[in-house]
Amino acid sequence: MSILRVEDLTRTYSSGGRDLTVLHGVSFAIEPGDTFSIVGPSGSGKTTLLGLCAGLDRATSGSVYLNDIRLDTLNEDQRAAIRNQYVGFIFQNFQLLPTLTALENVMVPLELRGEKGAKQTAQSLLERVGLGQRGHHYPTQLSGGEQQRVSLARAFANRPKILFADEPTGNLDTDTSATVIDLLFELNREAGTTLVLVTHDLDLAAKTNRIIRIKGGTMANG
Amino acid sequence: MNTSWLFKMAWRDSRRSRQRLLLFMSAIVLGIAALVAINSFGDNLARSIDEQARELLGADLTLSWSRTPTKRIQRLLTSIGQDRAYEVAFPSLVSIPRTGGVRLAQVKGLEGRFPYYGDWEVEPRSAIATFRRADQQVALVDDALLVQLGAQPGDSVRLGELSFLIAGRVEKTPGQAAIAATVAPTVFVPNRYLAGTGLLQRGSRVSYKYYYQFAPGTDVARAIRPVERRLERAGINTDTVADRKRQTGRAFGDLTKYLSLVAFVALLLGCVGVASAVQLYVKEKVASVAILRTLGASGRQAMLIYLLQTAIMGLIGATIGAVLGSVVQLALPQVFGRFLPIAVQTTLSVPAVMSGIGTGVLISVLFALLPLLSIRKVSPLRTLRSAYEADTAGRDPLRWLAYGLILAFIIGFAYWQTRNLQLAGWFTGGLVVAFSVLTAVSLGLIWLVRRLFPTAWSYVWRQSLANLYRPNNQTVILVTAIGLGAFLIATLYLTQGLLLSRVELSGSGQQPNMVLFDIQNEQIAGVRDAVREQKLPILQEVPVVTMRLTGINGRSSAADTAKPIDQPQQSARTDTTGPPPWAFTREYRVTYRDSLISSEKPASGQGPYQANGNVYISVEKDFLSRLRAKIGDTLDFNVQGLPLQTIIGGTREVDWNRVQTNFLVVFPAGVLEQAPQFRVLMTRVPDNQTSARLQRVLVSRFPNVSAIDLGLILKTLDEILGQISFVIRFMALFSILTGLLVLSSSVVLSKYQRLRESVLLRTLGASRKQILQITAIEYGLLGFLAALSGILLSIAGTWSLARFVFEVPYQIDPLPLLVVATTVTVLTLLIGLFNSRDVLARSPLDVLRGKG
Ligand SMILES: Nc1ncnc2c1ncn2[C@@H]1O[C@H](COP(=O)(O)OP(=O)(O)O)[C@@H](O)[C@H]1O
Ligand SMILES: [Mg+2]
Repeated sequence: MSILRVEDLTRTYSSGGRDLTVLHGVSFAIEPGDTFSIVGPSGSGKTTLLGLCAGLDRATSGSVYLNDIRLDTLNEDQRAAIRNQYVGFIFQNFQLLPTLTALENVMVPLELRGEKGAKQTAQSLLERVGLGQRGHHYPTQLSGGEQQRVSLARAFANRPKILFADEPTGNLDTDTSATVIDLLFELNREAGTTLVLVTHDLDLAAKTNRIIRIKGGTMANG
Repeated sequence: MNTSWLFKMAWRDSRRSRQRLLLFMSAIVLGIAALVAINSFGDNLARSIDEQARELLGADLTLSWSRTPTKRIQRLLTSIGQDRAYEVAFPSLVSIPRTGGVRLAQVKGLEGRFPYYGDWEVEPRSAIATFRRADQQVALVDDALLVQLGAQPGDSVRLGELSFLIAGRVEKTPGQAAIAATVAPTVFVPNRYLAGTGLLQRGSRVSYKYYYQFAPGTDVARAIRPVERRLERAGINTDTVADRKRQTGRAFGDLTKYLSLVAFVALLLGCVGVASAVQLYVKEKVASVAILRTLGASGRQAMLIYLLQTAIMGLIGATIGAVLGSVVQLALPQVFGRFLPIAVQTTLSVPAVMSGIGTGVLISVLFALLPLLSIRKVSPLRTLRSAYEADTAGRDPLRWLAYGLILAFIIGFAYWQTRNLQLAGWFTGGLVVAFSVLTAVSLGLIWLVRRLFPTAWSYVWRQSLANLYRPNNQTVILVTAIGLGAFLIATLYLTQGLLLSRVELSGSGQQPNMVLFDIQNEQIAGVRDAVREQKLPILQEVPVVTMRLTGINGRSSAADTAKPIDQPQQSARTDTTGPPPWAFTREYRVTYRDSLISSEKPASGQGPYQANGNVYISVEKDFLSRLRAKIGDTLDFNVQGLPLQTIIGGTREVDWNRVQTNFLVVFPAGVLEQAPQFRVLMTRVPDNQTSARLQRVLVSRFPNVSAIDLGLILKTLDEILGQISFVIRFMALFSILTGLLVLSSSVVLSKYQRLRESVLLRTLGASRKQILQITAIEYGLLGFLAALSGILLSIAGTWSLARFVFEVPYQIDPLPLLVVATTVTVLTLLIGLFNSRDVLARSPLDVLRGKG
């Protein structure tokens, strides 16, 4: 059974009366525990694909199965519940809630599920990413690298089956990038999570088991 | 759903914006304060009326009448109660010989220990005892009259043939609001001297009254029940403490209810401010909502987090408002001062506070819901790519539900306050129209300014104008909110002027503006001479005969027909076909002539005439229908002892808005000439001096003749309107201040945006002074547009009032409007600058470092 299966996915945007097809009949499948990267030049449709896989967006045609649940038949709130249950996210610009402290940011997915002991779990995750002492700080009081580490802790908080990362180092300098990437792969190994990584950095892509290339909205090879 | 998590998130998320959230909610504080104040005051007033009910009447019971009762009835009157006081009252000219002041006043001859309850506030207090001893010719005079006549205690006042020493100044008579003394100021004298004044002649409008005191604990209503019907039939009015309490309570209950609607307008204005502030707040929160949604929160959960925040802030705002309102109500007895018949004890009103808080929370949440609903539609995709995603997706049918709820709430509130569904509908409709018209006017003005603004103007001017159109601007909301305040105030001024000009108009041109009445037949030649001596015209001279109605088509009052005495329901049940009972107890003042006069128009049938020995009279149109009679019916009158049968020959429409003697019933000439009668004479005086001169002559030669002139009516009206509009202005003030609060919160909300703009300008080389100028002009312009839309709307409103309701030519006094416009503009400018001081003070570097 695949954790993620994509069949003949097409996404067309219509803006100003003109249709723009961003993705063209993309299909692939990922097995549980696999690490996987999507590479391609800027504007090739990587983020669009990621959004569809994670159930943030709806395809124009084709279908996405996440943990064997067909996403395109669900409404937005149902997909939100699926995300909370199975999916973790890491974004290029961190996307921490500015009004919450680091600790509270990590607690959100746990609390959304109504889990007990959210605070302890979140605290130990922060310690795991080396920010045990910074829990009470707000995102604006943290550097970019630190923010991304908080967002790593948050992504693993609900023990997701699959983790999506969109250019996780895109906003970081080289040294910080290396630390964050090491941490990401380490955590991923420990948790045995499936990882889908979007990047245009080929060195980074090389750290995953499989690579698919996208160009102009179509898959270059499997 | 995980409710406690929602609360936690609402709490955490608010930590960094709590001050701002409170600022949004501060917009409702004043509305709630006004509402709680007026409702608390209403509660306290009702309670005070309850507690001091006996003081309203000054006695346990009063009986009053205007025509001399029969011997048997007189015996009945003197057999009631434990103690009684007697009062004879009539209007007459009074004068102060020392100052030469003359004025129409109410003269009351008193005998006995009035008042039995309540405090008769007289300066000096000892004067009351002197007065009650009645062994000297002394008078107690209302303060208002002393002031108008330039007199004081120690002077003497002349009533007809006699002079009285003014022993005391009456500040307040129990049961009477101070304003009553403005309308009909009173001179009290011991009754035993009244006959000597020579004023109690036939034809004067004299009324008599007994004040009764009963043994403590007597059930007065029960005690008089057996004689009630006899009294009623004899034309004697009964007034018990319970009656008076009911009347007063109802009058003031209505007043406070309507004023609470004025307060509600301030609250709604604040809510519009809340909605627009929350809208900005939501825009700011869209990114956070997208993150929450990505992490798996549902749209409803996300919305509830922010709804909770606003509800809690609404609760805090409403509570602050309720506390403030409870304090403000302490001042209301002063504000209403001269209208109150009793002293109001102010205490905290728990129901008013609770309902105020409830109303505040509900209405602010309903208004905040409008922008908050869009949170449900925020797409999680924004976390990946904000550039392409619209903040919120298009139309939402739930918005209509929110609008519907708001409307329903407003109607519901108005109904709850007034218990009048139709009124509630009109109120809501009026509000919707006022808000939309004001919005349309402000939109139009803003558009005009933009179109007409010369591109050649200096940079500073162009930049400040451009600021009014910045993205997310709140220009229309602000112009509407502040404009509504200006509208309320301007309308008050204009309407007051309109009412006065309507009265002025009634005496313009060659219309009479002074009426002399109670002239006896033998005095008429002398009075004519006195008028001519002053070189004044005699514009009209009318005979007046007083009579009573004894039957309509041979049927007399239902009360007269033999019926068992103890059937109160029988008489209470309104017999809609027979003649109404009041028709037989009132006094009819009629005149006789063969033609109609300029203030009359024939409606149907013919004017008064005689034919075949029948007397055909003319009856005023509306009065005829109240009599439940029709043309051709017979009316039987008793003309001071002599029966006289008449037939209704026609109806007239009468314009009552002139200084004219208008009559409900007009007889033909040739019938009443020999009946006892008095005359009314109308003239036109050019100025107050002439008027005073004529009145002095009349007082010395014909003391029983009274005079009233338009100048006096105008002055009285002006004073009353001034008092009323002070009360309304006090309530409207809350709306204006709310508008300014909405302005402050909007300035603070847009601070970050302004900060960046001003820094950018400074980096590009603008001086601090230029930025100050830009800000000042921007707010000055905003305030000016607001004032202008408010004033324009109010001119349009009062113009239609003048044109279609009052039917007077419209002219406005520009000065008050100018004052309103300047005040609003300057206030707006100052508040704008004050709240922007931060922006002006920051150094550009601070902002670039990201400390903004
Ligand atoms: N909502 C949208 N409307 C129109 N065009 C869009 C929209 N979203 C993305 N695009 C276009 O789709 C293309 C692919 O974008 P994206 O998936 O972000 O590429 P990548 O992540 O590979 O850089 C781009 O050309 C972008 O302009
Ligand atoms: Mg991308």
